[in-house]
Amino acid sequence: MTLKGLAPIALLAGLVASASLAEPLGDARAGEAVFRKCKSCHQVGDGASNRVGPHLNGVFGRRAGGLEGFAYSKSMTRAGVDGTIWEVRTLDAFLENPKSLVSGTKMNFRGLKSAEDRSNVIAYLRDFSDNPANIPEASPTATPEVTLSPEVLALVGDPEYGEYLSSDCLTCHQSDGGDAGIPSITNWPEEDFVLAMHAYRQKLRPHPVMQMMAGRLSDEEIAALAAYFKDLE
Amino acid sequence: MTFNRRKFIKTSVVTAAALSAPAVLADGHGKPRVVVIGGGAGGATAARYLAKDSKGALDVTLVEPSRSYYTCFFSNLYIGGFRTIDSLAHSYGTLAAEYGVNVVHDWAVDVDRDAKTVTLAGGSTLSYDKLVLSPGIDFVDGAVEGWDLSTQNAMPHAYKGGSQTELLKAQIEAMPEGGTYAMVAPPNPYRCPPGPYERVSMVAHVLKAKNPTAKILIADPKEKFSKMALFQEGWGDNYAGMIDWIGSDFGGGDVSVDPANMTLTIDGEETPVDVCNVIPAMKAGKIADMAGVTDGNWAPVNAIDMSTKADADVYVLGDASQQGDMPKSGFSANSQAKVCANAIRGALTGSKVFPAKFSNTCWSLIDTDNGVKVGATYEATDEKIAKVDGFISATGEDGATRKATYEESIGWYAGITSDMFG
Ligand SMILES: Cc1cc2nc3c(=O)[nH]c(=O)nc-3n(C[C@H](O)[C@H](O)[C@H](O)COP(=O)(O)OP(=O)(O)OC[C@H]3O[C@@H](n4cnc5c(N)ncnc54)[C@H](O)[C@@H]3O)c2cc1C
Ligand code: HEC
Ligand code: HEC
Repeated sequence: MTLKGLAPIALLAGLVASASLAEPLGDARAGEAVFRKCKSCHQVGDGASNRVGPHLNGVFGRRAGGLEGFAYSKSMTRAGVDGTIWEVRTLDAFLENPKSLVSGTKMNFRGLKSAEDRSNVIAYLRDFSDNPANIPEASPTATPEVTLSPEVLALVGDPEYGEYLSSDCLTCHQSDGGDAGIPSITNWPEEDFVLAMHAYRQKLRPHPVMQMMAGRLSDEEIAALAAYFKDLE
Repeated sequence: MTFNRRKFIKTSVVTAAALSAPAVLADGHGKPRVVVIGGGAGGATAARYLAKDSKGALDVTLVEPSRSYYTCFFSNLYIGGFRTIDSLAHSYGTLAAEYGVNVVHDWAVDVDRDAKTVTLAGGSTLSYDKLVLSPGIDFVDGAVEGWDLSTQNAMPHAYKGGSQTELLKAQIEAMPEGGTYAMVAPPNPYRCPPGPYERVSMVAHVLKAKNPTAKILIADPKEKFSKMALFQEGWGDNYAGMIDWIGSDFGGGDVSVDPANMTLTIDGEETPVDVCNVIPAMKAGKIADMAGVTDGNWAPVNAIDMSTKADADVYVLGDASQQGDMPKSGFSANSQAKVCANAIRGALTGSKVFPAKFSNTCWSLIDTDNGVKVGATYEATDEKIAKVDGFISATGEDGATRKATYEESIGWYAGITSDMFG
């Protein structure tokens, strides 16, 4: 395995991982300023309604895609059915890079790279959820801090190994890209693929089958699979 | 020039392979030859991967008597009215046309491991360098008193795909009002551990709509069974009062049948029944026995490549193999086939052999949009295929989760059948 040049690393650094729950929630007032980046699509507070994105009142403790009357993407709805609940850990991962948690999301937003911004905006949103005092800052099931280092994200996979490993996936995922019942994983950008697999491995994404499948793959194997699937049409 | 491009590529690949290949192979003849017996979940997958990945460097022959393979997986859904029988049929056309597998529709009737040949019912013989057996199951003689293959139309097993399944469904639909469907469940190990109980769910689904006063009786030689809590919860919620399961604690293992008079006797007590689905104890398909690679009912194999303990050039996949912790399922057979194909290709062409990884997931349908699943991953150890990690659906899951699980199984069916047949 070799490392790519350093340029892409900066963009991807720290992604899925930095659900650093050790630190307390951020500053809601500073979060209000961060929320300006969300305002073109989301409303929150008295009289908030759905716009491009769903309103964010009561988002804490809610199932992903759980608001009646908003037309979520298929991917977000699936995340909700699988059991993704909005809490500090999941919001942090989603806001850092929406695709790490929900690959096919229609939230067209590049993400907040600053951990501080995320922590602040999460604190701000929390004020608009019922009984915030009763909501634990970290869910009891949260695993210890996980990290996805830039080196891991920059691994260049071996497509030949990826092809062999992929045979394990193609029992369920259709090689022709069909997505009835099980999402398509062919022809994906490598980085989205890597992020999604790490999110399962770290149990940020809830699905038991995929947690198990990803759980036994090494960083190199995930990179190899990503390298293979990116060209499979 | 008559040299067509495809042929040219094939030839050049062979040359390259021949140069790099270890010298042991294909002594004297052209390409190394692999014969695969049985075109089911294990055999079709192995043939496809061997042919696809070797890109013409191997001569792959698949021996399978039927022109259409009817999957056992989803056959219970056919019984329940969720699938048509035609949707379970698959042909070997693509394996032959697109992957260059020689598909021979015949029975293998003998294997000579010294001469490395297979004899077919039609009289011809095939030579092999490596032989893969994936013949599925046969039934143990005398396993259920009063039943043998000659009575399988009166009391169907419906545990091999196709006509038996159709027969059982027709019998269920013809049951008199308030009649009894009985199942004699098999002892471990057998193909598809949740299969009999998914079947009971599907029979109950049909009867609930068409014949709601009918009863279901299960005589079981086991104390507990796969996904038991999930099935029992589902039966209670959806088919209350219809299903009576008699486990071994209550004499469920002490059973005899009388196909002429349509009675079932459990623990000395005789009951008249309208349909009797007898699923006897199982063993490896006969050809494994004839090849002399079985020990008792099954063929012990090495976890690392599925080669038999008896002969390093003979491999056994799927239900017929005795490999360790994996359940006998289509998913398992398919998973084992890919590990095996990679190892055989490595041995015959010198291609890279990657470490063995196995997995399995079995979905079962309890009622409309109410699916459950159980699955695990496995690795090869010196001793066996050993379980690494696993999961199972929880009792009390909500409807959306159960529906998503059912939909996943539909995706899986499309995935595995195209992985087998191309
Ligand atoms: C009701 C039911 C439900 C099931 N549901 C599921 C499920 O949901 N998921 C799952 O993963 N599995 C399921 N299974 C199990 C699955 O069908 C088997 O485990 C799987 O088919 C095993 O594959 P195999 O290759 O070992 O054998 P098979 O698929 O049975 O293939 C064996 C083939 O070998 C051929 N053959 C046999 N002898 C010879 C010979 N001498 N010469 C030439 N050809 C020969 C046969 O014609 C057959 O086509 C189910 C089974 C049943 C009965
Ligand atoms: C360009 C528009 C846009 C921007 C900017 C945007 N979002 Fe979104 N957001 C959406 C859409 C659309 C969805 C629904 C996504 C889907 O269905 O896949 C969504 C979904 C969400 C959800 C999940 C809600 C639910 O009910 O499950 C959260 C939480 C969220 N956004 C927070 C934010 C925050 C915080 C910001 C700013 C940092 C932000 N979004 C910026 C459009 C946007
Ligand atoms: C037993 C069936 C099964 C197997 C085997 C399997 N997957 Fe999945 N996969 C699923 C299901 C079901 C989902 C949807 C999970 C969810 O809702 O989060 C999924 C989701 C995914 C996703 C995210 C898709 C999205 O749109 O969010 C990726 C990426 C993925 N799988 C990759 C793989 C890889 C790589 C392998 C092989 C190492 C593999 N899968 C093996 C069933 C399977």
